[in-house]
Amino acid sequence: MRLFLALIDIFTNPAFYKLTLTAATPLIFASLGGVFSETTGVVNIALEGIMLMGAFVSVVFTWLTGNAWIGVFFAVLVGLGMAWLHAWASITWRGNQIVSGTALILLAQGVTGFLMEPIFGRPGQTDIVGKIAEVKIPFLMKNRFLAQSIGELSPMIYVAFASVFVAWFVIYKTKLGLRMRAVGENPEAADTLGVNVYAVRYFGVLMSGVMASLGGAFLSVGEVGNFRELMSGGRGFIALAAMILGNWNPVGAMWASLLFGFSEAFANQLQSSPLLRVASTTKPLFNMFPFIVTLIVIAGFIGKTRPPAADGVPYEK
Amino acid sequence: MNQKLWSFLVPVLSVVVALIIASFVILMIGKNPITAYAALIRGALGSKMAIASTIVKTTPLILTGLAVGFGFRAGLFNIGAEGQMIVGAMVATAFAINVGWMPAVLAIPLTMLVGMVAGAAYASIAGFLKAKTGAHEVVTTIMLNWIADYLSSYVVTVPMGVGFGTPKSPEIASSAKLPPLMVVQATELTSGIIVAVLAAILMKILLDKTSKGYELKAAGFNPYAAEYGGIKLADNIVLAMAISGALAGLAGTLEVMGVHHRFLGTLSGGKGFDGISIALIGQNNPIGIIFAALLMGALRNGSNEMQFVGVPKHIIMIVQAIIIFLVAADRIVRTIFLRKKVAK
Repeated sequence: MRLFLALIDIFTNPAFYKLTLTAATPLIFASLGGVFSETTGVVNIALEGIMLMGAFVSVVFTWLTGNAWIGVFFAVLVGLGMAWLHAWASITWRGNQIVSGTALILLAQGVTGFLMEPIFGRPGQTDIVGKIAEVKIPFLMKNRFLAQSIGELSPMIYVAFASVFVAWFVIYKTKLGLRMRAVGENPEAADTLGVNVYAVRYFGVLMSGVMASLGGAFLSVGEVGNFRELMSGGRGFIALAAMILGNWNPVGAMWASLLFGFSEAFANQLQSSPLLRVASTTKPLFNMFPFIVTLIVIAGFIGKTRPPAADGVPYEK
Repeated sequence: MNQKLWSFLVPVLSVVVALIIASFVILMIGKNPITAYAALIRGALGSKMAIASTIVKTTPLILTGLAVGFGFRAGLFNIGAEGQMIVGAMVATAFAINVGWMPAVLAIPLTMLVGMVAGAAYASIAGFLKAKTGAHEVVTTIMLNWIADYLSSYVVTVPMGVGFGTPKSPEIASSAKLPPLMVVQATELTSGIIVAVLAAILMKILLDKTSKGYELKAAGFNPYAAEYGGIKLADNIVLAMAISGALAGLAGTLEVMGVHHRFLGTLSGGKGFDGISIALIGQNNPIGIIFAALLMGALRNGSNEMQFVGVPKHIIMIVQAIIIFLVAADRIVRTIFLRKKVAK
């Protein structure tokens, strides 16, 4: 009964919907990154590492310049750099894409941990350096429920949803998108028709760097305003699951990200519900929830969705 | 240049290149790389105690390296050694706390067995999902890592927790503790190292001398040809994941039996992920993995000393990342090396 009341309390609370959007946003960014990369046939599990690096770099430059948007800009630059490394190893040198991705995750964990002390003077987490201000949408502020759920949001959330549209448009409505899909499905045929397979794949991977670093920047300067070690916390992999569940389609990936964001927000609200009074020692069990949901979803939906035919296969001329 | 020599040279050159790049990183934060590397070597091999402690650190790394390497040989990327190690250690501890009535000859092997079965069972979830639905083991084992992480931090505080401070379980029964090989000052040189080396030899025999090993390798090398040749892929995936998980579970179990004598929330500390670098440096060869684990154990152990001269120990992760990156794209290393040869 108490659980039932707690559930009603959670679902009628407008803050829960805001939390869902906030939790989904980094996943939307990163899963779009996955879509860009894998559409052209390159698997990029480095999303997790690029997010972590994006979260760190945006905090460093926000701290240096006092402007969080400049922080985001540098996060994207570094994200491009990491994605370029992945592209270089896996396209130019035809290396193992999953192993190269693993290296980049480790690199991000190493570099962010390594630089914490020299830059901020202590390991663990940085001070609050400032964050991107939320914007109010005046006509939504009139209704209390709308005001507290979607009336006042970080502008990066709007950027995320706009990116979904842009990604969909680029991949399905432009010549470049047609080439991306051709290269991901059948690189030999695309090559025969004069498409530069390597260039198109580089584009896909570099775009995944842009997207994943935006997701990471949102985690730090978009949401909390500081950086904690390993703060990406597996979201890069949840984003990969969202991409799979969304059938490698930007719009599908968005819906899947919202589902995973919902499960994260739900677990959060449940453990902090005043009606349930969850002991702090029991909270780790609630934190498992989004990962269990992801595992079940992957197990249930894989095979029903279809990856690009040449996904993960290096192309040799 | 023949293939065998290359498979030895690529990892060695990658390590050298990685250490050179890392020295620039150390320069970047205004420290002297020579001082830093001297401290690293002193911390890893500078005294009897340092050597003993390097071997203690190497023991679980051999096993996680074997776990990941075995997966690679069977065509699976088991990135979940971390979680399997945690689950193995946790279940083995629950068992070992209650075996005070058993003589050590029974308690020791049984505890190891329990830890291995737990690790195997946990890894089999990913194996089963891959075999049944095609879910990629990289994504599923990562999810299982996080689940194991949160589950263990619950278990070690509530049902198993004792005392204050760092969450920890009670001590295991003394009959389940591994007797140390020798005691160097305060460091007990665990006899787990013998178990780890034996595991490597067993894996080599399994892979090279048995028909099951041949099947697993064939399925990893070319799944379609193997299936055409009558090998049941689904069964092999589950079996390979289970063996890989058993090795990772044993890594955690030996940490409990030989080093900490209890379960700690921080027990794995990235050793499962180190297994990936170790397997790649060792080129998935069990004997190569022993040496790669020794290298990584020395780096990990020496990095503590490096902290004292002001170089954060995260530098070791950067070194590992560069090594993995270069091994992934081994053509880079080959090209650098061949160009040098031409220049001569």
